Amino acid sequence: MTVTMEKPKSGMSDGVYEREELLNGCQAVAQGVCLADVDVIAAYPIRPYTEVMDALSKLIADGAFDAEYIIADSEHSQFEIVKHASSVNARAFGGSSGTGWMYGMEALTVTATDRLPPMFVVGNRALDDPGAFGVEHNDAMAVRDLGWLLCWVTTPQEALEHVLIGYRVAEDKNVRMPMALAIDGAFLTHSQHIVKIPSVAAAKKFLPQYDLAERRLHPDNPISVAPQANEDWVMEIRRQNWEAAKRARGVIKEAYKEFNAIFGERYAQPYFDEYMTDDAETVLIGVGTVAAPGRTAVKRLREKGHKVGYVNLRWFRPFPTEELRACLSRFKSVGVVDRDFAHGSPDNCGILMHEIRSCLYPAKNRPAIVNFIGGLGGRDLSIADAQKMFDITAQAAKKDSMDGYITWIGLRE
Amino acid sequence: MTTTPKIDYEKIKGVHKVPLEELYTSGHRTCQGCESATTMRGFIKASGPRTIVTGATGCMYVANTSYLTTPWIVPWMHTQLGAGGASAVGMAAGVRALQRKGKIKQEKINIINFSGDLGAGDMGIGGISGALQSDYDLLIIMYDNESAANTDIQATGLSIYGAQTTFTPPGSKHRIMQRRWKKNVAGMLAVGHPTCKYVATACATFPPTDYLNKTRKALSIGGPTFIHTYDPCPKGWDYHPRYSNELGELGIKCGIYPLYEIVEGNVIYTWDARKSGKGRIPVKEFLQRQGRFEHLIQEDIDYIQKGVDEMWEEWEIPGVAPLKGILKARI
Repeated sequence: MTVTMEKPKSGMSDGVYEREELLNGCQAVAQGVCLADVDVIAAYPIRPYTEVMDALSKLIADGAFDAEYIIADSEHSQFEIVKHASSVNARAFGGSSGTGWMYGMEALTVTATDRLPPMFVVGNRALDDPGAFGVEHNDAMAVRDLGWLLCWVTTPQEALEHVLIGYRVAEDKNVRMPMALAIDGAFLTHSQHIVKIPSVAAAKKFLPQYDLAERRLHPDNPISVAPQANEDWVMEIRRQNWEAAKRARGVIKEAYKEFNAIFGERYAQPYFDEYMTDDAETVLIGVGTVAAPGRTAVKRLREKGHKVGYVNLRWFRPFPTEELRACLSRFKSVGVVDRDFAHGSPDNCGILMHEIRSCLYPAKNRPAIVNFIGGLGGRDLSIADAQKMFDITAQAAKKDSMDGYITWIGLRE
Repeated sequence: MTTTPKIDYEKIKGVHKVPLEELYTSGHRTCQGCESATTMRGFIKASGPRTIVTGATGCMYVANTSYLTTPWIVPWMHTQLGAGGASAVGMAAGVRALQRKGKIKQEKINIINFSGDLGAGDMGIGGISGALQSDYDLLIIMYDNESAANTDIQATGLSIYGAQTTFTPPGSKHRIMQRRWKKNVAGMLAVGHPTCKYVATACATFPPTDYLNKTRKALSIGGPTFIHTYDPCPKGWDYHPRYSNELGELGIKCGIYPLYEIVEGNVIYTWDARKSGKGRIPVKEFLQRQGRFEHLIQEDIDYIQKGVDEMWEEWEIPGVAPLKGILKARI
């Protein structure tokens, strides 16, 4: 399956899209929030996600959009405000980056265990120390085991669309999990593209009104939420979370089907997309904007006759286990690009590598697999870097040893 | 800005006029003599059924709301230890947005957060400050039993000087491990938030109905409001459970617990411990009734007495703000 994801195919004239604007990733997310008719926004500044909140406050100031806009005193308060707004059946939105995301970690934990479905944008940023504004994925990855939906996008257009898709999945009565929409710092938060903005009617058609139903807090529905349960019930409650995360896969699939039906065939595959993989022997897989140099390298290597392809993993939670296993077992060798680290973990690999390796363990045809750690702290991953990674990955198929199993790309040594 | 309708509350004149309706009932497992349970039962009696409550982690979360045996008749939700302020802001903002957009019916819904001294006075004070800067109708009640009572009585920023807790045990080398003076939370919040229209201190049982009426006043005046309650704790303070009410009264009468309300910047003493007012009883009468002060010697009691005297005799606003006056300007 080969698709390019750059521009929506649907025309402006059919009423689905309203206008085009030059927007960066942050501004595109803000447009998505506007179209989702969000009720409560809580803001706290940290680079690089902040511009989402800047854009939203201006939209409210100009009357383009109506929501409560709260300037919180910390990320912890910001996330708690979002959580509690969500509990009274208000559609709520927050976000953060890097250490800000970590500062509010307690609130992020309970938002998931309370099974509330607000959305947070994570403008991925390296964790301190030392200070760095650039992208790294360890921030968003910190919620991967807590019961969150976690998804990376690669363009402003996708970012806008995934605000709508994300809310739809998160708020589905079979899911009700918080949604983290990850956008790479700088490479997506602050890179501008032409974005087609859906019409209000089309957005409304796709995204139904938020309804927490029997779980909303209101004097007419006097329930007690999250009392002390201890060993009597915690295990059963965890199991319910687990079931919801399992069900989310089906809900995601349905959401893309419906999205494609309304907005034109935007997404050929829901969980990940493949570029020039039909006859490929060697592929790279990564999350986020590394897809751009990855796909360009594919194009250039194909011109020289190399059978290479790129797999862009969009949904990290829930992890598309079956689908990705089937996809990756078709290839001879797979290179996993991690823009993160998991110090001291098995074979010292990155987080994505561990997940993919674990996913492939039961596969009948296991490809050779190698790991790349690169682009840390916002360092560029170039087309040349990607070509080098393809080269190392292709070699891996011919090796029996673990030599070259993990390579730090672009590291000064 | 939309104006939400108000609930008209009558002043409760005498204990016989306290509403009979219970909105906090059986199902909790608080200790015998728990004053905080009375504080809880009181605020919800005073505010009535059109209320949403958030309860921060603390003894009154863990002891109060066990899964499948909730004591709450009104909607209630747990919030994190330091999230009392944020929980109230989130809910108030949600309710306001939904009402403005016509997604739910327009009516006054009270939003009340109940946090302990560790949650509200230490960890969550930034969030409460944020809440008191907002323009939402919300009430934060800090129930102060002067310890982390759920985790086995550890000292907090609001523990009294000299008190024995599991973090501050008297020892053979150091008689006093609790060397911090009690944090002045209500005064600090009142002074720091010029647009907050109502801050009060209270005790659930003394003077009778005072606390219930302060709750109603806070909700009637509207905007973000704050009440600090003094809650004697038999377990943490080491006294017989039958004396909870009496200890609250003694704490107020000896001046350790200033009782007042601040309405749009005006201080009204609801128990006047100034010399010009009703005066004070010696702090010893309060301290000697509790095991947590058993290790104190006369010198320690004199030190506490001196600090309390200073609060009432030297502070520019006695018992409220620890500023002692204005020196000659240097220009």
